[in-house]
Amino acid sequence: MRLVVLVILSITLMTIDHRSQQLQPVRAAISLFVLPVQHLVNIPVNAGYWVGESLQSRSQLEDENGQLKMQNTLLKTQLQKLNSIEAENQRLRELLHSSKRVGEKIQIGEVIAVDLDPFSRQLVINKGLDFNVYEGQPILDADGVMGQIVHVAALNSIAMLITDPNHAIPVQVNRNGVRAIAVGTGNQQQLDLPNMPNNTDIQVGDLLITSGLGGRFPPGYPVARITRIDTDPAQPYAQITAEPTAKLDRNREVLMVWPESRLNKPDLSEPVEPAGEGAATPTPPAPETTP
Amino acid sequence: MRTSSVVVILLTFVAALAIAIVPLPDWAAKLRPEAVTMVLIYWCLALPERIGVGFGWLAGLVVDVAKGALLGQYALALATVAWLGLKLHQRIRVFPPWQQALSVLILVGLSQIIILWVKGIIGQSPQSWTYWLPTLSSALLWPWFFQLMRGVRYFYKVN
Repeated sequence: MRLVVLVILSITLMTIDHRSQQLQPVRAAISLFVLPVQHLVNIPVNAGYWVGESLQSRSQLEDENGQLKMQNTLLKTQLQKLNSIEAENQRLRELLHSSKRVGEKIQIGEVIAVDLDPFSRQLVINKGLDFNVYEGQPILDADGVMGQIVHVAALNSIAMLITDPNHAIPVQVNRNGVRAIAVGTGNQQQLDLPNMPNNTDIQVGDLLITSGLGGRFPPGYPVARITRIDTDPAQPYAQITAEPTAKLDRNREVLMVWPESRLNKPDLSEPVEPAGEGAATPTPPAPETTP
Repeated sequence: MRTSSVVVILLTFVAALAIAIVPLPDWAAKLRPEAVTMVLIYWCLALPERIGVGFGWLAGLVVDVAKGALLGQYALALATVAWLGLKLHQRIRVFPPWQQALSVLILVGLSQIIILWVKGIIGQSPQSWTYWLPTLSSALLWPWFFQLMRGVRYFYKVN
């Protein structure tokens, strides 16, 4: 008898959780119990990293230091160029009376747990409502887009990677601006670009960047590189796969981005409504993947 | 029930939860046993008058949050497992270890089927047969796990 009640309760919970965000407080409350366990299991991992770092030899560190210095000089030179180019860009945009590119605030979050479920790709990050993390917030690493936040609790949050089968991200080809949607496959190294006609101008090696359409991800960040294109004249669409540029499985730190529009809002903890039925919502818009 | 017993039971669940979320290399993560389900089955066999459907449901809810899964899917699976465990506890308790392991295979498999079914409905069904490896590893580990848990129970005199 009790089972029947609980089964009905579970089904109700699942339905509400799947259709809306109203259970967020419940999840946040329970995650307060889970958080200590997550930190506990992370201790050996952290200890491993610490030991590895402490045991590096002096010559190794010197080598690394030299490399970093060189890289720093190189980057600084490039940055000088960038500053002038940015100023020029701003000026040209003003001439065209178009809107200025918005600024962003960036903060570093630490990954405290990874493989929650081998069949979806999610991370737990050590910042939550206390840092004004919000649902749908983009997360990046130094090489590209990693994913977006899907659940926020008081002290931590869960992010879905772009390779999760339920994730889709609007992209465009950096070379020529062709728009596409990159859908996760569950495979850590692979994204699919569905519904691209056979004659689309996409080549192996093309860089995909965020297009900013859908309003979730800021435009212009690298997402993936095309690895394979299969065109079969009998099929209406080409089979295009790409490899994420971000190091999805190797990162300990992630960058969390607050777009300018979020920073100016008075109440940051309010969840954002996705701008229209944007393509960046966690459920993919591609017809063959929607249930 | 004494407070110390409650604490010991809760601690075994916390340990199981830690096993469920500890970061493992990819090959090991696929073999990760369903520790929370196993602990729940053990306590259903050992203390059927104390641990039951409601407790299983609550444990499942915590697992849902820990794994970032849809709220309620583990709750549903574990409540069902606890219910079956209670129904069958008198039979399973007297089985020899390998037969117990078979029963565990069926119980854990059932919970996996329920979760698969829920995931299928929301369009996240796993693409590979390795989804079933945890069921197998749970059953294979059961005889040793059972000895360990019995040791814990006698040592702390949980009843």
